[in-house]
Amino acid sequence: MASKTRISRRTFTAGMGAAGVVAGTAPFNIISAQGAPLKVGVLLPRSGAQAGIGQDCQRGVDITAGILKDLKLPTLQIMNGDTETNVEVARARAERLINEGAQLLVGAFDSGQSTAIAQVAEQKGIPYVINIAAAPPITEQGYKFVFRNFPTAPTILANAFENQIEIFKVTGNAPKTAVFMHVNDTFGSAMQKGFTGTMAKFADTPYKVLETIAYDGTARDLSVEVAKAKATNAEALVMVSRLNDAILITRELVKQRWSPKCVLSMGPGWYEDQYLKTLGKLGDGPMSFVPWYDPNKKLSKALEAALAKSHPGINMNTNHVYTFEALLVAADAYKRAGSADPKALADAIRATNIKDNVSPGPGIQFDAKGQNAALRNSAIQNRGGKLVTIAPKSASNAAAEHPMKPYDKR
Amino acid sequence: MTTEVVLKIAISGVLTGLVYGLMALGLSVIFGVVRVVNFAHGEMMTIAMYLVIVFFSALGLDPLLMLVPISAVLFALGYLMQRAIINPFINRPEHSQFMLLVAIALIMVNALLLIFGPDSQGITTSYSFDSFDIGGIIIDAGKVYAAIAALIVAVALFAFFRLTLTGKAIRACADNYNGALVVGLDVKRLYALTFGIGAACVGAAGTMLMIVTDVTPAIGPAYTLLAFVIVITGGLGSMPGAIVGGILIGLTEALGGFFFTPSAKTMFSFAILVLVLLFRPQGIMGRKTA
Repeated sequence: MASKTRISRRTFTAGMGAAGVVAGTAPFNIISAQGAPLKVGVLLPRSGAQAGIGQDCQRGVDITAGILKDLKLPTLQIMNGDTETNVEVARARAERLINEGAQLLVGAFDSGQSTAIAQVAEQKGIPYVINIAAAPPITEQGYKFVFRNFPTAPTILANAFENQIEIFKVTGNAPKTAVFMHVNDTFGSAMQKGFTGTMAKFADTPYKVLETIAYDGTARDLSVEVAKAKATNAEALVMVSRLNDAILITRELVKQRWSPKCVLSMGPGWYEDQYLKTLGKLGDGPMSFVPWYDPNKKLSKALEAALAKSHPGINMNTNHVYTFEALLVAADAYKRAGSADPKALADAIRATNIKDNVSPGPGIQFDAKGQNAALRNSAIQNRGGKLVTIAPKSASNAAAEHPMKPYDKR
Repeated sequence: MTTEVVLKIAISGVLTGLVYGLMALGLSVIFGVVRVVNFAHGEMMTIAMYLVIVFFSALGLDPLLMLVPISAVLFALGYLMQRAIINPFINRPEHSQFMLLVAIALIMVNALLLIFGPDSQGITTSYSFDSFDIGGIIIDAGKVYAAIAALIVAVALFAFFRLTLTGKAIRACADNYNGALVVGLDVKRLYALTFGIGAACVGAAGTMLMIVTDVTPAIGPAYTLLAFVIVITGGLGSMPGAIVGGILIGLTEALGGFFFTPSAKTMFSFAILVLVLLFRPQGIMGRKTA
């Protein structure tokens, strides 16, 4: 005879209490069995001044799932966080995502915001893979849970000079003089100092800088700045700008009938989709020296195809590539770690050795500081509303067009 | 530095200054008559600039053709704003008026952000990249058209206030509020009309500015500040003063930026403002109050 089990009121209350405790602590139960998706908190500036860039990085997130599946890597459960282009909000959102169960963090495009997230990640012992942030100190703090698959500012500048020298040697038509224009915000001023310091280390740089012109990035009119640059009679225009000022400066170059031999950009703006769309054929010609992707790699072609399918008309760029690679690092580490235990995940990331990747260079590996020091930057050129990679030769798909076609001959 | 380059910079500064002057004229007209400082002035101009974007994208209309319709839309907006929202605040303390107009400005900025997003937007007309070469001096064609249009609007406005009965009635309100009431003028309607005319000026200036620059929702406060600098320099409430102030500020920024450092060019316009406040507090063309 089977005995009936009666559930007393006391047993029921105890059971409910136990269930409550389990439910209440669930977000902290971060060790999950392999097979369950890894919960990845993706922190991006989805609103505020950098909203456009944050949304562009999100495109990189959107196209990741299908590629990871093709690569037979584990599924990621994306938890979105908005830093609102604000350092303090970035810190608070990182804490909230961890409390809500994020097992790994990715983000956050900006060095200031990424620094704040890195502090939270290290304190909570949750692995953090930076997608885009160039300030060197982030990986100089001795952190154990912070990894960066993006070049630091000194590497970006050093590679820029290497690539320029390579281009001018190949084309055999180097400019002898240049004028350097830069936006006068934190980024622009830091780049200006870095540019001057790095240039001194490259004795074979063919040009000398005749004048440095700092300008307000929020200015409504840059005609004076361009007139001043034109008055130097420099052969090359070296730029550190943002998107809006890049458009304004190009318009002024055309209106003031000044076609330098080349425009060499060390920052964003000149290769962005909005620049190309707004200026049409007048947007062709500038060379940008940026962290990019190797168009010849197999995975680059897969990523390009995925982007073209989900976001037609959008050119693949830094934001998509490095956000994708941060997620690739996460999935690869999760597969090898066999668990979502933070320490096991961090150890797995440290041992990363991905050869089949997108960015230029031998692949993704991290040094003891958590930095991928093997990354190389590229030189790209606007060509017919598209972007081609012109250097380094090992990761290029086109020859440089130099000098660029004068604006009045287009 | 060649003379041509300096002349080119100076002409460019004057042309830009004329458009700025038209924008400031609206602020001066409103303050001169209604005695309310429009802290939503720049934001109203960004609305006009976004209207240009909308009409240009949808219908391909040139900004020069949109000058009158957009000014009319802004006139209606200003008229209704004054009648419905600002009029009850006319006799309230200045800080209440200030808070009201700042709140309106914030609502406008956020509404534009919601509708158009944060990215900068511009238009490309058939003459966007044109320039005139006059004896080696290269002048931006867009700026020339915008400045001519601004001058025409300013002259039309002067004529309206000098030659029409309504214009004279508005001036009477500005000169003597009680006197205007005594002789039976509908002051409330004239105030609303004045606010509408001021808004129409901003609409015209915004339409012309789209020929030479781009717009973002966040740019409104910068234009409000610029308008204040111009009207205080030219003389608060003085219509010719607004145009003179605009030209002076445009010229100062251009030459200051060229001879010193471009990133500090706004510093020169503020230096002019400080000098004017020190040595001629009523502004260059303002009247000294007793």
